[in-house]
Amino acid sequence: MADIIKTATRDAYGKALVELGEKNDKVIVFDADLAAATKTGMFKKAFPDRFYDTGIAEGNMMGVAAGLATCGYTVFASSFAMFAAGRAFEQIRNTIGYPHINVKIGATHAGISVGEDGASHQCCEDIALMRTIPGMTIINPADDVEARLAVLAAAEMQGPVYMRFGRLAVPRVFDENYKFEIGKGTYLAKGSDVTIVATGLMVERAIAAVELLKAEGINASLINMATIKPIDKDILLDAAKTTGCIVTAEEHSVIGGLGSAVAEALAETYPVPVLRVGVEDTFGKSGPALELLEIFGLNAANIVEKAKKAIALKK
Amino acid sequence: MENAEKKQLKKIACNVRKGIIEGTFNAKSGHPGGSLSIADVLTYLYFKEMNVDPKDPKNEKRDRFVLSKGHAAPALYATLAHKGFFPVEDLKTLRKSDSYLQGHPNMNYVPGVDMSTGSLGQGISAACGFALASKIENDSFRVYTVLGDGEIQEGQVWEAAMFAAAKKLDTLTVIVDNNNLQIDGSIEEVNSPYPIPEKFASFGFNVIEINGHCFDEIEAAFNQAKACKGKPTAIVMTTVKGKGVSFMENQVSWHGSAPNKEQYDIAMAELDNALKELEA
Repeated sequence: MADIIKTATRDAYGKALVELGEKNDKVIVFDADLAAATKTGMFKKAFPDRFYDTGIAEGNMMGVAAGLATCGYTVFASSFAMFAAGRAFEQIRNTIGYPHINVKIGATHAGISVGEDGASHQCCEDIALMRTIPGMTIINPADDVEARLAVLAAAEMQGPVYMRFGRLAVPRVFDENYKFEIGKGTYLAKGSDVTIVATGLMVERAIAAVELLKAEGINASLINMATIKPIDKDILLDAAKTTGCIVTAEEHSVIGGLGSAVAEALAETYPVPVLRVGVEDTFGKSGPALELLEIFGLNAANIVEKAKKAIALKK
Repeated sequence: MENAEKKQLKKIACNVRKGIIEGTFNAKSGHPGGSLSIADVLTYLYFKEMNVDPKDPKNEKRDRFVLSKGHAAPALYATLAHKGFFPVEDLKTLRKSDSYLQGHPNMNYVPGVDMSTGSLGQGISAACGFALASKIENDSFRVYTVLGDGEIQEGQVWEAAMFAAAKKLDTLTVIVDNNNLQIDGSIEEVNSPYPIPEKFASFGFNVIEINGHCFDEIEAAFNQAKACKGKPTAIVMTTVKGKGVSFMENQVSWHGSAPNKEQYDIAMAELDNALKELEA
């Protein structure tokens, strides 16, 4: 058996920035003293004249990025999710979101898989925050292949994009034939009993859950939902109609993230039971990332349990 | 400055002040006090200093202006209208639900507005972004931003100041409107940002102190800013909140309230008189 390739999506982000920089000299990258960790350091090394460090001042970074972007540049601004979406929320809302400026926010170290640094750095609120900003596109890639394609696609489109990357090396899910499109979910499995809608590192865990369910005679569909906003309502409607119940899976609070987006979309079009796997209404804590994912129920076993409950709730 | 030119600028500033009163009166809300205090510097910027063309408001090589104290939108709109970016008549639609003249400036709606502002402390960062673009493009344009003296209580202003000096953004000129009043009282009573010139100097700025209502001093300051290389400039200008309308001058109550009909008539009569004197 071939070794499973494991790469952190932040590494793919750094590499994709270099790839973009080679093609387009209008690409400028900002970081707030975390270039080594966010992997924008790769771009800094390749294009030192097109990299700016604002120091530990994320609010200012977002504003500077906005001003520069209006002069015809494709600007990426990076920090940890906590300090990008959290600390600089209002700067993103008012100086990037409201004027709909072409700034791409590369937020790394999202979710509890940050690990040992603990709750102060484990951002499980960023998708919820960014979703409330009109016109913001939110992408949460599942692996390095998708992360690269997401960065390239974000650079191609006009308008603000929030990209969410992880610290933890995660197994590759997609091969080189994978086609990524902003705003489109994709079926990774088709069944008739329940649909699992997963995003980010939970996609790989949902693939395992599909196998576990199959062993128990339950046929599950699986949708990879990399774009959280705009959410793909068409594929959700199809899933609700064909399987009659949904389980969402995300490394984010169950409040305001993918689970909320899916429930909101279906409540207004085709109401079916929607159960959510995510970080319950609680803060994270220190520990090895893989252990934390188990402790907080971000695993295949929890998806399987919620799938059975969702099926039981069907009329 | 030649007397004829000075007189011309004073007339324009008077008309800008009339536009501020016209807008806030018709809106029945808005911020006349801090708009009137920057009418002179905006007049100088748009009619003497900046390379801008109302017929080509998106020209890539234009100088940029950011009203970091976005609540002074009535002053910016009146200046832009008199410069020819849009009809002066439209100033009456300020803050109306069918108007493009929002309570705080929106760059996507208003010709001549380079950055949306309103949330204090953020405009100066965007101005730094413009100045960075100018630097990348061999100093091809200059960047100006006006901040309130209360606004500099925002920590982000000092993040931006640190950045501007560290990156040697010498095409950037930061103008602080030191009218000494903010909503809750005088700026010392609320939370003193004094001494302002020393603070900017310690952050690495070329600092110039002027009377913000004297065109000779304004001109000298901008010329000195242009001559300064390797560091950004901060012009700290002493101003009078409500300047030009007698009953509004130095009254904090006129920070965010509009004149009623009687007050509107008095204010417009005062400004018309000032115009007449200039034309005599």
